[in-house]
Amino acid sequence: MKYRDEYRDGAAARRLADAIGRTVTRPWTLMEVCGGQTHAIVRYGIDELLPPSVELVHGPGCPVCVTPIEYIDKAIEIALRPGTILCSFGDMLRVPGTHGDLFGAKSRGGDIRIVYSPLDALAIARAEPVREVVFFAVGFETTAPANAMAAYRAKQDKIANFSMLVSHVLVPPAMRAILDGPDSRIQGFLAAGHVCTVMGTREYDPIAVRYRVPIVVTGFEPIDILEGVLMCVRQLEEGRAEVENQYSRSVRRDGNPTALELLAQVFTVIPRRWRGIGDIADSGFGLSAAYVEIDAEFRFGAVRSGEDPVGECLSGSVLRGERRPPDCPAFGTRCTPENPLGVTMVSSEGACAAYYRYRGLVPTKEPAQ
Amino acid sequence: MTIDQGFSLSCPSPGGDQDRIQLAHGGGGRAMARLLETVIRPAFGDAELDRQHDGALLSVDSPVAFTTDSYVVNPLFFAGGDIGTLAVNGTANDLAMCGAQPLYLSVGFILEEGLSMDTLRRVVASIGSAARAAGLRIVTGDTKVVDRGKADGLFINTAGIGRLMAVNPIGPQAIRPGDAIILSGDIGRHGIAIMAAREGLGFETVIESDCAPVAAPVLALIEAGIDVHCLRDLTRGGLASALVEIAEISGQCIALEESNIAVRADVIAACELLGLDPLHVANEGRFVAIVPSGDAERAIAIMRRHEVSCGATIIGSVGAGPAGRVSCRGPLGVARAIDMLNGEQLPRIC
Repeated sequence: MKYRDEYRDGAAARRLADAIGRTVTRPWTLMEVCGGQTHAIVRYGIDELLPPSVELVHGPGCPVCVTPIEYIDKAIEIALRPGTILCSFGDMLRVPGTHGDLFGAKSRGGDIRIVYSPLDALAIARAEPVREVVFFAVGFETTAPANAMAAYRAKQDKIANFSMLVSHVLVPPAMRAILDGPDSRIQGFLAAGHVCTVMGTREYDPIAVRYRVPIVVTGFEPIDILEGVLMCVRQLEEGRAEVENQYSRSVRRDGNPTALELLAQVFTVIPRRWRGIGDIADSGFGLSAAYVEIDAEFRFGAVRSGEDPVGECLSGSVLRGERRPPDCPAFGTRCTPENPLGVTMVSSEGACAAYYRYRGLVPTKEPAQ
Repeated sequence: MTIDQGFSLSCPSPGGDQDRIQLAHGGGGRAMARLLETVIRPAFGDAELDRQHDGALLSVDSPVAFTTDSYVVNPLFFAGGDIGTLAVNGTANDLAMCGAQPLYLSVGFILEEGLSMDTLRRVVASIGSAARAAGLRIVTGDTKVVDRGKADGLFINTAGIGRLMAVNPIGPQAIRPGDAIILSGDIGRHGIAIMAAREGLGFETVIESDCAPVAAPVLALIEAGIDVHCLRDLTRGGLASALVEIAEISGQCIALEESNIAVRADVIAACELLGLDPLHVANEGRFVAIVPSGDAERAIAIMRRHEVSCGATIIGSVGAGPAGRVSCRGPLGVARAIDMLNGEQLPRIC
């Protein structure tokens, strides 16, 4: 299949891995930002093709993983209100809140519908005008335009029974937070290709300059990721720290102007708390003043401030790139996708879920020290 | 006024409440007798059923296999099949996986009040033709009606009896290191067909379910003297779940080669779009046969003579490695672990 098979070609992958091996002269630690990239790395064993001196650290780019527990609790509270329908992407249903998850709320009678698009939630609101329909809008910049479109349409068409519980987050502030962390080992980034398809690459320039890190905007197929690694280690070896675009078949420097215009209209940048990471200034989208009536928090009460649950789960340090999933003593024993202790084991984009699914219980490399 | 419907024994009443299932249709009285007489029995056309006794009297001159399954698919109709074809083929295929020739089927309906009679007619017609195609007789049945809202249109339970043809026991315990794993064809079509129908996903091409009876190639393998160690149809949970189950029960290790597993391009595209692994997607007309490696080429030749398994190919082997584990070597030459599907099959969100 075009645009798929050529990016999963074994011979091309080996050529790139060889080129990386010839390029590196010392150890480098790179972070792939997006959970989709993490899954591709673990699924295809890309890390096993790399020379031992190149370490890939998994980043926080799993929207389900970083959604704070208080938003899960609010979603459950809304779902259990009589006369209300909560619409969500499927992954969110298994994320543990303070008292159970959305699947549990569904079994207790909450009307919770899994949708593939926020516009499907809007269609439900049109079809059931006497019920309140709330869409749980989570995600990074990638899903923001579709969610903004749902809000825009609801406002234009005066769909009074539609609202959104918004927990949107932004990648660049999280990269800064990780680099500012006292234990950060990250020397270069593979930035998230689809985020940059929407946003463009300009906002990464100041990060590359200030922190002296190469940032290579990278796609999600094995060949994309290996090319991204090669471009990144070339910069590191040559002492450069620039923003480069490996994913040029999708990403333009200025992003998608139509999407950006819509985002500017519907959303405003606000501080957000990230599960596992903490408060980050200017790190999320909230609905702008013009869209306040579509805000589920305006309709059903504000989300109370919350804190991450305390326990043996290491998902916070996994999300910050400080630990690898197999480093956790609970991994695969007390923590499995069936009985998760933390979100990174729940989400299909989570790093722990990727290791459990594709590597089984045996770590293929020694844990990082 | 008469309405010319050609040769049909279906309920002739053209309008009014007779167009829908009512509670009385399951009440054991006249309405139920009429439903059985005009809609259900004619579609199945079996002398044993027509005796209208409390049960079927059968004789089978050999050991038998016996199985049951319930069908609750939503939507009832999808590209390539419907709940009726599933209810016949699903149970018949379970018998085939025991190394048995499917012979007799019971059909139990749970109908929801308000179900359109046309829907029921379409389903029983499907059951009748699927049974005839699979060489099965429907010899006993049951019909119940529940209040509106208490069932999703209709549910079906079928149980089947088959004549055991295999000499050696077929099952996970029989597999041995070195055995070849043969997959009967491309995978993933049924699950994607259902998902497309359920979610209204409009793909450029219609992906049809692979729902089909698989007994013919299985019986041909046994008849040809192939020492079939294990058979498994790849229904819910797909190829991955079937093989993990076999590996765990047998305590053996299974190694697969991803490039040998056939998936149609349109199914791949749908899986990419929905974030699904084709190895986890359901099938209704696919199975794996695990045979000694020395028998593998002959087994493939036999399977390929049947349309339902014309894509048979070796996808891996039972081998040395951690007990109870399945691994799959991908396009980059690195093996990944294969696990059962966890929870429901949910698409990822970005």
